[in-house]
Amino acid sequence: MSRQSLTKAHQKITELSWEPTFATPATRFATDYKFDKSPKKDPLKQVLRSYFPMEEEKDNRVFGAMDGAIRGNMFRQVQQRWMEWQKLFLSIIPFPEISAARAMPMAIGAVPNPEIHNGLAVQMIDEVRHSTIQMNLKRLYMNHYIDPAGFDISEKAFANCYAGTIGRQFGEGFITGDAITAANVYLTLVAETAFTNTLFVAMPSEAAANGDYLLPTVFHSVQSDESRHISNGYSILLMALADEENRQLLQRDLRYAWWNNHCVVDAAIGTFIEYGTKDRRKDRDSYAEMWRRWIYDDYYRSYLIPLEKYGLKIPHDLVEEAWNRIYNKGYVHKVAQFFATGWPVNFWRIDGMTDDDFEWFEHKYPGWYNQYGRWWEAYNRLRHPGGNKPIAFENVGYEYPHRCWSCMVPCLVREDLVADEVDGQWRTYCSETCHWTDTVAFRPTYEGRDTPSMGRLTGKREWETLYHNWDLADIIKDLGYVRDDGRTLVPQPHLDLDDPRKLWTLDDVRGLPFASPNVSLNEMTPEQREAHLAAYRANPNVTSV
Amino acid sequence: MATPTEQQARRSFPKPELTDAEAGALTFPSSTSRAFNYFKPKKLRASMYEDVTFDVQPDPDRHLTQGWIYAFANGDAGYPQDWTALRSGNWHAFLDPNEEWEQTIYRNNASIVRQTQLNLDNARRAGAYQVWTRSWSEFVERHVGAWMHAENGLGMHVFVSVQRSAPTNMINTMLAVNGTHKLRFAQDLALYNLELSENLPDFDGTAHRAVWHTDPIWQGVRENVERLTAIEDWAEAVFATNFVFEPLVGELFRSHLVMQISARNGDYSTPTVMGTGEHDYDRDLRAARALFTVLLREEKYGAANAEVVDGWLARWVPVSLDATRRLQPIWSQPQEKALRFEDSLDRAKERLRGLLSDLGLNEPKELNQ
Repeated sequence: MSRQSLTKAHQKITELSWEPTFATPATRFATDYKFDKSPKKDPLKQVLRSYFPMEEEKDNRVFGAMDGAIRGNMFRQVQQRWMEWQKLFLSIIPFPEISAARAMPMAIGAVPNPEIHNGLAVQMIDEVRHSTIQMNLKRLYMNHYIDPAGFDISEKAFANCYAGTIGRQFGEGFITGDAITAANVYLTLVAETAFTNTLFVAMPSEAAANGDYLLPTVFHSVQSDESRHISNGYSILLMALADEENRQLLQRDLRYAWWNNHCVVDAAIGTFIEYGTKDRRKDRDSYAEMWRRWIYDDYYRSYLIPLEKYGLKIPHDLVEEAWNRIYNKGYVHKVAQFFATGWPVNFWRIDGMTDDDFEWFEHKYPGWYNQYGRWWEAYNRLRHPGGNKPIAFENVGYEYPHRCWSCMVPCLVREDLVADEVDGQWRTYCSETCHWTDTVAFRPTYEGRDTPSMGRLTGKREWETLYHNWDLADIIKDLGYVRDDGRTLVPQPHLDLDDPRKLWTLDDVRGLPFASPNVSLNEMTPEQREAHLAAYRANPNVTSV
Repeated sequence: MATPTEQQARRSFPKPELTDAEAGALTFPSSTSRAFNYFKPKKLRASMYEDVTFDVQPDPDRHLTQGWIYAFANGDAGYPQDWTALRSGNWHAFLDPNEEWEQTIYRNNASIVRQTQLNLDNARRAGAYQVWTRSWSEFVERHVGAWMHAENGLGMHVFVSVQRSAPTNMINTMLAVNGTHKLRFAQDLALYNLELSENLPDFDGTAHRAVWHTDPIWQGVRENVERLTAIEDWAEAVFATNFVFEPLVGELFRSHLVMQISARNGDYSTPTVMGTGEHDYDRDLRAARALFTVLLREEKYGAANAEVVDGWLARWVPVSLDATRRLQPIWSQPQEKALRFEDSLDRAKERLRGLLSDLGLNEPKELNQ
């Protein structure tokens, strides 16, 4: 369809909607935002007659590449270190995608603009595409990669693993609570506009460097739909800005959404890129460098800051603090170390770091070795069963962390830990902003105004609570992370599949009780708790020689 | 300034290595575990559709141990089962017989829009619209035109709207696809209307709006559509649309009128466009029928569900019959009147009776009033 015909066609399809007079569409999802005064803003022109053939063509290219990868024996050159992290990533990401599809009626119901409705409906179909194409990629990995364990239990593991729950925010956050907070600010203005850059652009380039060119094929095809989604979100934002009363909510939601996306996405994608790669060229970008380019320059400086001209307060402090956490406070390194500490309750294997890795990390993040190097040396030393317990149960100077009640990533920047008694329970938070998210933002009033549509944080938010003082072997069995011989674990702290004696079994992890830090915290006397929290914040958590 | 050779020397690129990480390279526990094993497929081996759809939307009744981590202000979280009056012991029992996933959605819809475009290109080149009488042309601009609104309203505010509401990914994706079909078909009708405006000098491409908004003939249909969009219970909205409105109003207009009389009025293009809507409905009905068959034949809840659905029939059959009867004058408008309204209505009622009988439901007394 030519541009001229597309314009004409788009103009024509705007005639389809009408103002109902007999009954109005059911209001399924509430919002505290107001759009009564908003002039209508149009997103990109989208007409289904041209959309379907275009997407079919994109699909054909993706499926052609998949066939080519199999015929060309791509899996003879993929790095296992990389592929193992895909067991986690591809267990999570189809849910946020399908959640984005499910979020569309929330935005449609909230925003009175038929042209945006059209754009959002097209986005709904895109998101079904993304979810299923990613599931299919995982299926292909399961069929052709050397170790299918972990892929084969994927969606179950997503639903019962602590890491899946962290990732689930990046999905449940799209579909629950205030319709605009969820489906516009969290999903589109922040997740899609900012963080899909690291998810769908930065990460695929790292995949290619590790011999996997299918991830880039699928995810770049996915990313090519995102500009239309970003345009949908921006149109809704402009409409929201027309009403002064919305500004306070937008500012609240930008703070929540920005910080939560940072906590969740940077934890996961940062780890995949920094610790899942074998490409240690000194001139390849680190995650921090990629973040500076894709998030700080392209999103914050080019997209967020210009919104100030509409009188919107941008969370400059949180953008700077996210950068500070990534570059100066070792956020990604601490998350990777935590994932590796907890390897027995993962459903993927984690490769240890080598001298080449150490050198690269030290080059990119000066001081890295002093903080993390000796711990990774211990990780390598303890990687095989027989003479030792899993590293979390050995004395290597690592204190298992509390979990953040809001973002559910552990409180790894220990000096930033916040603890508070909220709703009758002692809770821990990774940062002041996550504390604010639970105690201020997700509440029925905000800065003196009623916010009856705002969502609530629910669920069993500390995973460890589910298994407080269970035996580690029983936990793993209950999770279903056991291989088909009934005894060998799916997770392993190494990549050595060549010798069964190197593989951990249930017997190797029996007799190890696993305690919940939150349950323990709540059992302490006030004095014990105060002392414990002070010691926690002061503990550098560094492995000594 | 660096020479090209120096630039080339500085060029940095990753160096993939041979890792032998392909399936079968080694034998170890689970080295042959190459199927998703967390759900039970319908047949021995899972279909592509099941693999890419099942359990992607988690469920606290299956594997979701920490529960939903966000809730609405009233405490509802995730995908509550009580967003419909129907009950099920296993919502996951429904599988879409169309097995819709990304590839089927794009192949099917791309094929339809190509077919439509090709037909219309041929009609335009052949000057096919020029032989239309003014009365037929008016029929198309007013009534075929008005129908686009019904499709769009149902697509956007029934099906797209409820695909956030059902308890499983299989149901929600089926509803998303149904909504997609409706929206595409509505747009196809709108673009057909545009095509006619550009190629038929007397064709009034704006008439459909006034007809839909104010022509008494269409106000019953508009009321029916608007009331369907206002239903809060997602399953009721789907049932009242696919099992009541569609046979009594949708098929009556599309199949039992437009598809029957167009050719006799010298029009071979309108049925090709309208026929795609019938094709969509056929596909969507197959899925809806499978869903309601599961819900109505449940051992534990089937009887109670049937009672609920009987109530829906009593509520919606009169609304759609009223819409149908108010459409009656259209049957006498075309020059070549191939059909009597009563015959078309009888066929529509028979169709509904057949659908209800397939589902094991009683015929509502309202159907004969």
